[in-house]
Amino acid sequence: MIGRFTAGVAPRGALLLALLFAALAAAPWFVNDYLLTVLIIILYFAYAGQAWNIMMGFAGQLSLGHALYVGLGSYVAATLFVRYGVGPWFGFLAAIPVAAACGGAIGYLAFRFGVAGVYFAILTIAFAEFARIGFDHFDFVNGTSGLFLPVSEHARTDLWRLRGSPTMFYYVILAATVAAFALCHLLMRSRIGYFWLAIREDEEAARAAGIDTFRYKMIAVMVSAAVTSFAGVFYAFFYNNLFPEQVFGISRSIEIILGPIIGGIGTLFGPILGAFVITGLAETLTSLMSAYGIDLPGAKQVFDGVCLLIVIVALPEGVWPPLARRLGVMKEPK
Amino acid sequence: MSALLSLQGVGKRFRGLVAVDRVSFQVPEGAIFAVIGPNGAGKTTLFNMIAGALEPSEGTITFAGAATTGLTADAVCRRGIARTFQIVRPFPALSVEDNVIVGALLHRHDVGAARAHARALLQRLDLYDKRHRIAATLTLPDRKRLEVARALATGPRLLLLDEVMAGLRPTETDRMVAILRELNREGGLTILLIEHVMRAVMALASRVLVLDHGVAIAEGAPEAIVRDPAVVQSYLGAEAV
Repeated sequence: MIGRFTAGVAPRGALLLALLFAALAAAPWFVNDYLLTVLIIILYFAYAGQAWNIMMGFAGQLSLGHALYVGLGSYVAATLFVRYGVGPWFGFLAAIPVAAACGGAIGYLAFRFGVAGVYFAILTIAFAEFARIGFDHFDFVNGTSGLFLPVSEHARTDLWRLRGSPTMFYYVILAATVAAFALCHLLMRSRIGYFWLAIREDEEAARAAGIDTFRYKMIAVMVSAAVTSFAGVFYAFFYNNLFPEQVFGISRSIEIILGPIIGGIGTLFGPILGAFVITGLAETLTSLMSAYGIDLPGAKQVFDGVCLLIVIVALPEGVWPPLARRLGVMKEPK
Repeated sequence: MSALLSLQGVGKRFRGLVAVDRVSFQVPEGAIFAVIGPNGAGKTTLFNMIAGALEPSEGTITFAGAATTGLTADAVCRRGIARTFQIVRPFPALSVEDNVIVGALLHRHDVGAARAHARALLQRLDLYDKRHRIAATLTLPDRKRLEVARALATGPRLLLLDEVMAGLRPTETDRMVAILRELNREGGLTILLIEHVMRAVMALASRVLVLDHGVAIAEGAPEAIVRDPAVVQSYLGAEAV
């Protein structure tokens, strides 16, 4: 088991990873509340980016509607909590099949009827928009007026009910990010991971090699949707309020994919690095602007766009692959 | 020898165009069977139907005693028919070894076992030293060999080779002929190849089918085929005799 985790990683890479983890684990003792919140947001995008990367980076299926699975996760868990007092962990267990079933339904429609590439991406946007409009008129979850979770006292930490201080939320999302990283690592080195890569590279050739591409694309969508749903559960309990516009909106879907694109699509560490780069820079910009009293609505979006442009032109593989080569963290193949 | 692959009146029409016109033939187990013919004769269409990439408009294809007509390409491969593409399509961003591992994983669940099998095949196809190269960086002859390795990794009983010699230098052709012959003789692998390189056809095939405008105009031993007036007329040209 340990061997499977270290395969392909140079000792230096493992050391750097361990140092990064140690630094992140110790961070709450050294940073103020504001920085801690920024770190939470970064890890949130690192987590969601990894979930998205399973579908796009590994299996080559572009989803531009991943906010759908975030939204479903948050609404399922929040509704169960607000209406029935069911805790978020059980809420997550309930969100997994809901998100996976939705991903499966979209995947089935697309893959059965040969909707691929950019048309598939449009289909994913359409379903996220369906959900947004549907939830706007879904009275059971208060429609446009939104769903509110009882706000917690920061003094008490209740991990079971996810009520507590930012520090608790920080460790929850850190643990989730580490878990997602480990899951992706295992998936990539498994039979299924090889099949996904083959489909990503050339679907017809993959089929000629005997791969049931429909089946493996379905698995990719469902796994990605299920993993993404936890981001939604976290979102609901961290922000304590939910509006359809806010969780299902297309800008949410775009935010999720910025990290992996900037860090490196299809890499393990890219989505994490990308989340640090883009969210870190964007937050720096926001705080600088507020420090100088500049109020420019939309500045963050423009900034995101510029970053994306720079990376696509200058580092089309993303930031991580060239950095990894320079740092020498991947083992030379023997 | 019983027939491993059998085609009965297999035809394919693209709207008005008859690409393949009710072709019937049998490939015995353990044979090396060549399909030749001028460009546009329907060879690749015939191939795609056998491989499941295209559904025949008529006729039946039987492999190892069971009909495969209408099965998808992946299902056909799982039955034991592996193919290469005329225009090579290895997985470009994956390493040579990973390309072959994908094929080897079809009937293996353990990646380690698949890797060991892939390495053995790469050794056989003279690609072992290049196993960590990215497939897209290989030369055309290497990519052709890689396609053969990936196809072989799926453990086929019948290997379909679509112009695998095209673009190879004579020495490379001879090497490929030697490899295929070895696979056929030692592994009992049945091979069906489309080929323009007559040097390879004559060296390999035990039986040849000639297609012209979708119609099978001749079938027989290679020595007889090259003397067949209809074949000379339509394809080989008089100087080939």
